[in-house]
Amino acid sequence: MNLTLKIWRQKNNTDKGGFKEYKITDISEDMSFLEMLDVLNEQLSTKGEDPVHFDHDCREGICGMCSLYINGNPHGPQQTTTCQLHMRSFKDGDTISIEPWRAKAFPVLKDLVVDRSSFDRIIQAGGYVSVNTGGVPDANEIPIPKSIADLAMDAAQCIGCGACVAACKNASAMLFTSAKISQLALLPQGQVERKIRAENMVAQMDAEGFGACTNTGACEAECPKGISITNIARMNREYFSAVLSSDTV
Amino acid sequence: MSWVSKTLNSTLGRKVLMALTGLFLILFLVVHLAGNLQLLIPDGGEAFNKYAATMANNPFIKVVSIGNFAFILLHVIYSIILSRHNKKSRPVGYSITKASSNSTWASRNMGILGTLLLIFILVHLKGFYYEVKFGSIPMTSYEGVEFKDVFAIVSAAYSNVLYVAFYVLSMGFLAFHLSHGFASAFQTLGLNHVKYSPLIRKVGLVFSILIPALFALIPLVMFFQN
Ligand code: HEM
Ligand code: FES
Repeated sequence: MNLTLKIWRQKNNTDKGGFKEYKITDISEDMSFLEMLDVLNEQLSTKGEDPVHFDHDCREGICGMCSLYINGNPHGPQQTTTCQLHMRSFKDGDTISIEPWRAKAFPVLKDLVVDRSSFDRIIQAGGYVSVNTGGVPDANEIPIPKSIADLAMDAAQCIGCGACVAACKNASAMLFTSAKISQLALLPQGQVERKIRAENMVAQMDAEGFGACTNTGACEAECPKGISITNIARMNREYFSAVLSSDTV
Repeated sequence: MSWVSKTLNSTLGRKVLMALTGLFLILFLVVHLAGNLQLLIPDGGEAFNKYAATMANNPFIKVVSIGNFAFILLHVIYSIILSRHNKKSRPVGYSITKASSNSTWASRNMGILGTLLLIFILVHLKGFYYEVKFGSIPMTSYEGVEFKDVFAIVSAAYSNVLYVAFYVLSMGFLAFHLSHGFASAFQTLGLNHVKYSPLIRKVGLVFSILIPALFALIPLVMFFQN
């Protein structure tokens, strides 16, 4: 395949940045999108140019590092991570536009790399269980119905990639935050800190400068892990029942 | 900040205010429509004028009407606060977006639709509410009792093709606003459930088509009757 790439290049956080066009030839349609970028970067390095910086780690769809806003969708045309996107999703002769995630809370560090530590700070605000839950319990010792455990597992699938924020017209992080609140609110281990967790994580999400939710559902449609917006409804319930009944004044 | 103001200033709190005021306005639309439909009774406006007088003199309705103004105002103020906040959350935009691949047009344009509705509401209030309350309007009498002839004012307005077109168009905007807003309000309030959400979405769709259509029908019928 021969392709034209329009890639966002930006030296650093303060640089204004802009698009640069690259022609690339002989791309196999069995390559992943990131492998295609590897080929481009090798060519750039050989020519002595600065390679295109982009985030990636596992390359098997589980870490959430790979980002990239491709042709107007987070992770491109398929509902998957960029590392799991293959070049067969494109046609020979296509022009592909590649931009970084855009959000005030995700500042661009260089080229396509953004700083997603705002997600880490939301987790630090309460996305964990700090009470001592003891050793690994016997599978049947914790009384939790399978249907509830499944819901918790569905929420726990979130890999924190940030596609929800990237897709949302408001750059809202509600799908991420609600998944992280839900996975613990549904399980017995999460009960002790349930209220303070909901209050603190929502407060941190707001402090980071993410937008509010308009319920457009774009996040759910773009999430590579299929996290449902029923989690956002659950977060709203968790948050309001927490503020109404907690001891925090 | 107290916990109350902190909650109401959070993104979630602001959204709940939008949803609650929006749902109140939805309820108000139903009552308003029930009143308007009396315009179509072929009695020269008697039923409608009597109804208008009852509404104007009922102390309970007076309280509700003040509440209604307050809720419209709150809905508008919070829509501005939220829209500004949301804009600031993405200072640099994308060069290409395929938003239609993941969301509906109405859901992405609630602010524009709302602004168009606000223009309609203001024109509507100036033309009817203000005129009836503070303007000089013709009187009519039934069985020797004097009534303000609100029907005459409405009927005059609805003989103007521009006004009728503006009205019908605005009901189209209302339909789109509600096609997303109705179900969205329930999601905001945390009411998402496998049993009820499909029903809420269906009722929302029917409501968002039926109510604006019936509202729009009245000026159309009166225009062609004139
Ligand atoms: C009859 C009049 C109106 C009704 C029945 C109505 C109803 C609603 C409802 C039910 C919602 C959904 C709330 C939610 O998502 O939780 C909504 C959202 C919204 N309304 Fe209205 N509305 C009306 C007029 C207006 C006006 C006059 C404006 C603005 C000038 C406005 C602006 C908005 C905006 C911006 C949203 C979306 C807020 C967001 O989620 O970001 N609406 N409306
Ligand atoms: S690189 Fe890990 S999910 Fe794509």
